[in-house]
Amino acid sequence: MEKRVTFSNTWLAAALILPQMLLVFVFFYWPTGEALYWAFTLERPFGGGNEWVGLYNFEGVFGDPKYWSSVRVSMVFAIAATVLSLVIAVLMALFVDRRLPGHQVYKFTFFLPYALAAPAVGLAFRFIFSPDAGFVSAINQFFPGLWNPALDGFDALLLIILAQAWSLVGYNFIFFLAALQSIPRTMSEAGAMDGAGVMRRMWDLQLPLITPTLFFLVVINITDSFVNSFGIVDITTGGGPARATDLMVYKIYTDGFQGKDYSLAAAQSIVLMVLIVALTFIQFRFIERRVHYT
Amino acid sequence: MKRYSLLAAAASVIAMASGAHAQERIKFEFWYGLTGELGEVMAKQCQLFNESQDKYEAVCVGQGGYDKAEQNTIAAYRAKQHPTLVQIYDAGTVNFMLSGAIYPANKFAEDYKIDVDWDAYFPGIANYYATSTGEMWSFPYNSSTAVLYWNKDQWAKIGKSEAPKTWAEFAADLKALKEAGVECGFAFDFDTWMNLEQFSAINGLPIATLDNGYGGLGAEVEFHQTAFADHMNNFKDWMDAGYAQIQTSQVGKNLIQSFADGTCASTTSSIANHGVVGSTKAEGMNWDVAMLPVLEEGKRTNSIVGGASLWIMEGKTPEEYEATAAFVKYVTAPDTGEKYIAENTGYIPVTTAGFELLKSEGFYDKEGYAGREVAIESLTASDVTPLSRGIRLGNFTSIRAEVRAELEAAFTGQKDMETALSDAADRSNQILRRYEQTYRGADLP
Repeated sequence: MEKRVTFSNTWLAAALILPQMLLVFVFFYWPTGEALYWAFTLERPFGGGNEWVGLYNFEGVFGDPKYWSSVRVSMVFAIAATVLSLVIAVLMALFVDRRLPGHQVYKFTFFLPYALAAPAVGLAFRFIFSPDAGFVSAINQFFPGLWNPALDGFDALLLIILAQAWSLVGYNFIFFLAALQSIPRTMSEAGAMDGAGVMRRMWDLQLPLITPTLFFLVVINITDSFVNSFGIVDITTGGGPARATDLMVYKIYTDGFQGKDYSLAAAQSIVLMVLIVALTFIQFRFIERRVHYT
Repeated sequence: MKRYSLLAAAASVIAMASGAHAQERIKFEFWYGLTGELGEVMAKQCQLFNESQDKYEAVCVGQGGYDKAEQNTIAAYRAKQHPTLVQIYDAGTVNFMLSGAIYPANKFAEDYKIDVDWDAYFPGIANYYATSTGEMWSFPYNSSTAVLYWNKDQWAKIGKSEAPKTWAEFAADLKALKEAGVECGFAFDFDTWMNLEQFSAINGLPIATLDNGYGGLGAEVEFHQTAFADHMNNFKDWMDAGYAQIQTSQVGKNLIQSFADGTCASTTSSIANHGVVGSTKAEGMNWDVAMLPVLEEGKRTNSIVGGASLWIMEGKTPEEYEATAAFVKYVTAPDTGEKYIAENTGYIPVTTAGFELLKSEGFYDKEGYAGREVAIESLTASDVTPLSRGIRLGNFTSIRAEVRAELEAAFTGQKDMETALSDAADRSNQILRRYEQTYRGADLP
């Protein structure tokens, strides 16, 4: 029979979880509820008038081709940044795990980018990648006009993908390294005795054994790319040129806070929230099947 | 959490430091949007006011940008924590007029005995901020207008000692400059304030129906049907021919930086940057400002004002309003207000009294300040017409963003100028209709 520890006094249990529930309510359900209400009304900036308009705001959002291009850009951004940062992080973790000379230093320094706030990352990337004055401007010396994120939408998107991937690499690296180090040494050693080389052991032993971590990081990275990329976009490209980097979360900011159209921004937030919930659901439903927890 | 405790600590330190006077002094809050050096000038002005008398105390808080000042005021108002006085930029005027959250300046001046000569404001400035019936609901404050910055050394290479008067002459000069070996004759970006708004006002072109929106919330934009499209096509031709370059901070340098270091021979920008150019220019560079060129010689209307005005918020105590009135009196007076701002920033005086005072003191003959009178000349180039009054369109910030994005698309060759501008117009009209519906039943004052 399964043994369970339960509270016989439900009131005490309720009192103990109350502070947590209160926090969740105040900082999550309440704002979400407010956003939901605004999404179905037309809210004036200073309050006052508030008219029920049904799906008018959502029609505005979905009927706008620029919104769909923003969704597309966000998808490309999230997937590219996630793949890029995971690949780099796992490679670095695999090599640090092999205890190459200086691995203690790497362990520390690789994590540093995650400690930087997004706007700081954006500022650094803006300087490094500025076509006239940055380090990368050397490219333009040899191939004039090759790199110009201020005018070329593709370059601009690439720039923010690099910045986002770079800022997430440290976080991913730490998780990968922890996962690799939790694999018993005996397994690698057994593989080595059977004649498997370094690459084969990585590919066939270590990577399959860290899939739970990989899966966790995919979910976190995708979510982060959707909701946390604001600072980078705001500092480097401002959504331009010609909306090439107008991510969904940035569009919410420009419509809501700069344009003061709270209802349109609220409707977009609801859509973004539903999208992230759906994406996470899909990942758990279909990708997690392939993950084996030990 | 940490932030709040820090704030609390800071507040208690301030409270202790000012404790001695705090009892007698009546305090009120003033929020401003200017940042950087300009923000420091604001803070200094508050300090000067507080030192000038011992009855009132202005608590001045920088909000980190014009748009942040508006956002924060809105958020604070909804939480009933708003300041008494706030500096709001030109584009925010319509939101505040419709807000129902303000104490109209003209009524405030009357109730609290501020002796304001409303007729002394330059008509271009007064008209911009006034309601459709000509009432002033805010106090014009830091003001500027757009001018042409030109490099005299470069123009000397083509044998000219005067700035071009018309855009046609400007185009010919750019060509000559290129032939004389000047790499970049003109720096521009996609800012609509100079390229669309000032251009349209100066040349008497409409931006929107109903007198650019002053006539009501039903206005529709019509900038895509004016000479603005040709003007932008000229810019593109100049760029393609290598006469002009796009300079934005994303490229590495903004307009003013690329002009001041001599990279580009001319640019258009706010007169507020006059001081910046003076202090950051390349060693020995000779430069000046001139009125923006016009389309047709002899047909110049006044340019429009940019900057911010001071709004009084409603719902405060009479004591606070009394303190605010003293502050407003101080910062709008020709000597302690206008002269202080003109001397410490590139902004211009807003009344004839302030302008005369500066002139009589020889301000415009002084090294570093000479040339700034061009802005006044440009603002008063003609009587204010319905088209040169200003722009009063709802959610104008978003309209500016639409125009900018479509211009970017056109300049990068994704679509031709006419398509881009008519797309921008369609989207702008959708924004205006949303705004109109949000304020259904409200009348634009």
